Amino acid sequence: MKTKQKTIGILLLSLVFTISFTACKDVKSTDSNEKMEHTEMQGDGHEHSSEEMTNNHAMQTTESAAIIDGYLQLKNALVADDGTGASKATEKLLTAFQNFDADRLTPAQQKEIADIIEDATTQAEHIVENADKIAHQREHFVLLSKDVIDFISLTGTDEKLYQDFCSMADDNKGAVWLSETKGIKNPYLGSKMLSCGTVQKEF
Amino acid sequence: MKISKIIVLSLLVVFVGIQFIPNTRNQSDMVPISDFMTAYVVSKQAEIVFKTSCYDCHSNHTDYPWYHEIQPVGRMLEKHITDGKKELNFSEFGLYSSRKQKSALTAIANQIKDGEMPLWSYTLMHRNAKLSEKDKAILLLWLDKMIRG
Repeated sequence: MKTKQKTIGILLLSLVFTISFTACKDVKSTDSNEKMEHTEMQGDGHEHSSEEMTNNHAMQTTESAAIIDGYLQLKNALVADDGTGASKATEKLLTAFQNFDADRLTPAQQKEIADIIEDATTQAEHIVENADKIAHQREHFVLLSKDVIDFISLTGTDEKLYQDFCSMADDNKGAVWLSETKGIKNPYLGSKMLSCGTVQKEF
Repeated sequence: MKISKIIVLSLLVVFVGIQFIPNTRNQSDMVPISDFMTAYVVSKQAEIVFKTSCYDCHSNHTDYPWYHEIQPVGRMLEKHITDGKKELNFSEFGLYSSRKQKSALTAIANQIKDGEMPLWSYTLMHRNAKLSEKDKAILLLWLDKMIRG
């Protein structure tokens, strides 16, 4: 009997130790998994670009098209008051930012683009992580929209885009966003006041 | 020996054991020129509030509470500080691009306005870090001026 109790004791002890240590380890391993995925994705992106696109300009617009596409999906999810959809669309946007290759631009523009992407990535990460807090997502969408507008001002866009402004958005401080349609659909107020806003500029 | 006794004993052994695992300390005594207070002209009033309510988790210098010495609490605090600094580090604020600085100021103002920061779990033990309405007004007024400027 005594040996049985001893074994149980030792087993329990090692169990507690394993749990307390694996709890720390888990975080690290997911981290490295994520990194692996990212590099794989990046690898993919490069393969496509060398195989399918010989023309530098075509490559540039395709890559910025992925950013615009992700942004517009996010914008439309916010218009529909859909936080989960916004979070999912922003994951695509994050990948598009990672894959963007600024080689064609001048060094000064590259620096500007790097700053924009760094900031936009921060905003996007918050939007991804807060699927259940749409008000918080919208706060970061204010900053992200500014970034994406500055971004396409530098890279240009093949798609027709409208820059809209609503003075009631962002706690009445006013905020801008990009839209693919001329008609106003407000991503900051959603169904509360879908029609608030005016077209400020066309790209 | 009863099973419950074994469990309590082994937990005790683990608890005592982890006290001997060395923990890191976020306590740089040097104030770098990239520090928020050097990069910006901050009123004395606002500086005190920032340092009391934000700097413990968002700078390279933490004033530790006594229970930082007790594991696993201390380890949890360190994790917390690492995450906090990744999000926003006042000690490195001056190194951020001007775009990032402006976005950070906006995000700080939003978090204060929404009552999200400082975290309630932090102010629970640090009553003096809790922002009063007056503290909030001081910070928001200053931040607003910087964001517009």
